[in-house]
Amino acid sequence: MLPAITADKLTKRFGDFTAVNQISFEVKKGEIFGFLGANGAGKTTAIRMLNGLSRPTSGQATVAGFDVYRNTEKIKRRIGYMSQKFSLYEDLTVRENIQFYGGIYGLPLKDIRHQMKQLLANLGMESYARTLVKSLPLGWRQKLAFSIAIMHRPEIVFLDEPTGGVDPITRRQFWEMIYKEANEGMTIFVTTHYMDEAEYCGRVSIMVDGRIAALDTPKALKEQFHADSMNDVFLNLTRPGRQHA
Amino acid sequence: MANQYAIDVQNISKRYGKQVLALDEISLHVHSGELFGLIGPDGAGKTTLIRILATLLLADSGQASVNGWDVRKDYKKIRSNVGYMPGRFSLYQDLSVEENLHFFATIFGTTIEENYELIREIYVQLEPFRTRKAGQLSGGMKQKLALCCALIHKPLVLFLDEPTTGVDAVSRQEFWEMLQRLRQKGITILVSTPYMDEASLCERVALIQKGRIMSIDTPANIVAGFDKPLLAVRTDNMYRLINDLRQFESTHSAYPFGDYAHLALNGPIWPEAVHAFLADKKHTGIEIKPAKATIEDSFMELMTKS
Repeated sequence: MLPAITADKLTKRFGDFTAVNQISFEVKKGEIFGFLGANGAGKTTAIRMLNGLSRPTSGQATVAGFDVYRNTEKIKRRIGYMSQKFSLYEDLTVRENIQFYGGIYGLPLKDIRHQMKQLLANLGMESYARTLVKSLPLGWRQKLAFSIAIMHRPEIVFLDEPTGGVDPITRRQFWEMIYKEANEGMTIFVTTHYMDEAEYCGRVSIMVDGRIAALDTPKALKEQFHADSMNDVFLNLTRPGRQHA
Repeated sequence: MANQYAIDVQNISKRYGKQVLALDEISLHVHSGELFGLIGPDGAGKTTLIRILATLLLADSGQASVNGWDVRKDYKKIRSNVGYMPGRFSLYQDLSVEENLHFFATIFGTTIEENYELIREIYVQLEPFRTRKAGQLSGGMKQKLALCCALIHKPLVLFLDEPTTGVDAVSRQEFWEMLQRLRQKGITILVSTPYMDEASLCERVALIQKGRIMSIDTPANIVAGFDKPLLAVRTDNMYRLINDLRQFESTHSAYPFGDYAHLALNGPIWPEAVHAFLADKKHTGIEIKPAKATIEDSFMELMTKS
């Protein structure tokens, strides 16, 4: 089976500054892959290259089998994306957001109608279809955003700090939604600052100063760094040499 | 009216429009020199409460005072004697590090030199970048500068609204180390955070959710109040494990907690029964051990009770 994502010495420079420095890894289909790193380590730049939004300076990468230099439009159709900062349009209702994104993803009207029903039922939000997104509690908004990000059944979904500020119960419900999709074969590429969430990933990579400093299962990383928790692994790797301005 | 508390909040309520009750009869007090945490998710009311105490917002009802000064009548006194670091970075992006600090010192009628001792430890880390514009600093450095600017007039009370949100684990730890040192200098600190694990770094915390305080106590007492037997359970498939544990007859709650699931039981602990149940469900790699409740266990328990 072809990997969902491959990166081979993927690099991005801005002038003299190397934001992403020769990173290489593979993500298997259906894997939950945690992409961790300190602020400014290069995560966002790497994700933008994989999403076809930023052209690499050098190196190779494929997403869903497509090349990040030549097939960016094909990539965009096969991925989902959500972040805490950008997800839904707050001044549109729940229903309008679903219609809007369904349209953007090019789904036929019939599918959008069907998805609308299903999605609202799964979230128990049937009676909120005409509610403005901005008046929903954050936790609901984030679960809705995730459901919408995958309504076109992408092969891979990129989640950039999806659970920041969410209450602990909703945060776990969110992860159960992630598990469910991964169990059904969707590949999950996720960043987070919650180190307990790193434990929920199949494998975790930790970026330090533009490079991947470690990549393995949480269990193997803890053994490698003689640490009790992923928090300790993370501190161990990122504490020395953190001289960013 | 003077009293012994650095912060005193009595029955404060605040509504936005007709629908949103941001704060519902909140009461709490913070002792002088205490490091007090407001712990809760977005939308809990943390920012509203801090803004009321910083005299930037008026409550609909209730009383509040800071260092004995009333938030309504004595707002000028409060403003010149507290430091406030809002959740959103709000320094002047086009001014340099040094210029920002100088600006804040000047408007509070002091100089950087006069109170340099208070910020020295933090500011030395910024010094190599002192001519850089604030807008071009990394997240961690912006946060340090904002803290320096909030401290430069040597406030009696420091309000920090989600200083560590969106900040990586390393910078978060460093920030809390700075707060511990400030506390030793006698400054009263009220800090809000959505990260439950940070509660253990405060002397006392209020767990806040949907405008209400669910519990106020020391972190140790809060977790001690978790009254259900708790097991940490792990198998090779976490997703199936959680779903299956919820079908177990004595289960009170089952949530993922890092590499284990926390299973709270309605009856006495009987790990063998859980093991047999999971083996019957064809789980492999079963591991079960007693667990200690964390603030997050307590928070979720209180959420489901209220």
